[in-house]
Amino acid sequence: MSTLIAPAREVVTAADRVAGARRHVSMGETLGQTMMMAWRALKKMRRNPEQFFDVALQPILFTAMFAFIFGGAIAGDVESYLPLMIPGILAQTVLTTCMATGTQLREDMEKGVFDRFKSLPIARIAPLAGPMVADLLRYTIAATLTFGMGLVMGYRPGGGAGGVLAAILLAIFTGWSLAWVFTWVGTIARSAQAVQGISMMILFPLTFLSNAFVPVETLPGWLAAFVRINPVSHLVTAARDLANRAVVSGEVAWTILACLIVMAIFAPLSVRSYKRHM
Amino acid sequence: MNITELGRTGGGPAPNEGTDLAVRAEGLMKTFGGHRAVDGIDLHVRPGEIFGVLGPNGAGKTTTLRMLATLLKIDAGHAEIFGVDVVGNPHVIRQLVGVTGQYASVDENLTARENLWRFSRLQGIAAPRARRIATELLAQFGLEEAAGKPIAQFSGGMRRRLDLAASLITRPPLIFLDEPTTGLDPRTRGQMWDTIRGLVADGCTVLLTTQYLDEADQLADRVAVIDHGRKVAEGTPDELKTAVGDSALQLQLADPGEGSTAVETVRRVLGSDPILSPEQGRLNVALDQADRAADVLIALRAAGVSISSVSVAKPSLDEVFLALTGHETDGDDKTGTEENR
Repeated sequence: MSTLIAPAREVVTAADRVAGARRHVSMGETLGQTMMMAWRALKKMRRNPEQFFDVALQPILFTAMFAFIFGGAIAGDVESYLPLMIPGILAQTVLTTCMATGTQLREDMEKGVFDRFKSLPIARIAPLAGPMVADLLRYTIAATLTFGMGLVMGYRPGGGAGGVLAAILLAIFTGWSLAWVFTWVGTIARSAQAVQGISMMILFPLTFLSNAFVPVETLPGWLAAFVRINPVSHLVTAARDLANRAVVSGEVAWTILACLIVMAIFAPLSVRSYKRHM
Repeated sequence: MNITELGRTGGGPAPNEGTDLAVRAEGLMKTFGGHRAVDGIDLHVRPGEIFGVLGPNGAGKTTTLRMLATLLKIDAGHAEIFGVDVVGNPHVIRQLVGVTGQYASVDENLTARENLWRFSRLQGIAAPRARRIATELLAQFGLEEAAGKPIAQFSGGMRRRLDLAASLITRPPLIFLDEPTTGLDPRTRGQMWDTIRGLVADGCTVLLTTQYLDEADQLADRVAVIDHGRKVAEGTPDELKTAVGDSALQLQLADPGEGSTAVETVRRVLGSDPILSPEQGRLNVALDQADRAADVLIALRAAGVSISSVSVAKPSLDEVFLALTGHETDGDDKTGTEENR
């Protein structure tokens, strides 16, 4: 059976293979392998469309719900609450989306195919980073739908298309960087359910103890102090400035700085704990 | 008789052989939270042979293989593959070894063709060549018709074949097969055996684990028997069988209740204890000479033990295992699952 294809493929001796083996993975190879893993994640998304439920439904549902529930109480009426709330929903949606990264990674790791990834001569970070690249699509959908829903409800962003686009890009970048936290949780937790639980505990304080839905001035002092240092608050403020006034404020810099710090800590941690899993 | 000794002298590697061994492992150890899964295992696999690691569930076979494949950290000991240190050069080792695990490690979300294509691309093979390799391997493993179907629709045997195909993409000189036929029906199992023999004919070295004694007997040039994380014997299947006795007399007692009488009678005649399976009333007697079977039978008749069937055969590896470890091959699954995690 196998002799049929033998002439087409050269027989190489073990000694030649040892001599020809690469000692390390280059940056270029790492990038290529990451893109291959992203391709896999995209295929997976396409074949399991239910993975888009959270990114599609949540922005629509939450925007409508929060606007009508809190609108009158916080801003007097729904229309004037929208410029305050939409950037908040944007941050919340993107954060929820990156939470799914950890859960899905954990589910994946429990399957046999991750054993093969580990046994292949590929960069250790590729199986982690690949799905995150594919997730950029999910962030884009979530962010676009949030603004779309806002527009339907009567939100007219003062920053124009450019401001909105910039706010969306900033939100996507933030989501992508914070996803490393959840990826790390995905590599340390014992099960997908545990990842979900831990991620919720991280997510809820981050989104609700921020200025996403209420003005900071209405909060007691101790709470306001936390809200002011929360990176999500910076994202929300930056997104408001961009979308409503087309102003690139210092908050943008703070957001990006916070994201870079998070990545610098959690990307190496994730790879380390992924390697330890072997 | 000490069979481990026999294995060392009869089947061990020639130490001053010029070429590198395919696998040289010395004193491998692995502990999982207090439980020592692998307790000082030495393995010497020569290039071009099929080496079988035989043992019950939880014996440490999979753990040993995973350590050699860089999938698990080696707690203590030393391992080399084709002269390359496993701990020091994991990236090189991964280029030399193809691993096929106990559970099919292919991607459920992709089709068979996409799986092979993707694994090729990941290993730096250019797209056109990756397509060609996928087509070749699908043909070689009889998966052309199912090439475009999602793996979820595959049978167990098809998954195993695809899994093995995925390990062969870069034609690695060494293949690890972890229980390649566990759970397969006899026909598919025979096909898998042919495929494995074909790999060696193409110049590969194969290290496989199995809990099927006849599989080791059929496939392996040499066998290491492992129990509770230790190697209890090593040698060719024939050497191991000879070590247990030249032949084995198998008796089925008409009345299982007469087991103890039968054991006593055999001891009186041969001076050694036979192995009794009390529930089935089966008696397994190792003989150094086949003609002593007659003595045993006559003595049993004199003792009034009635027998329903008799056979004399070369001992199977089942009996070898029984004789070496003193217990049957049904290891406890509890440690088995822990090991596989």
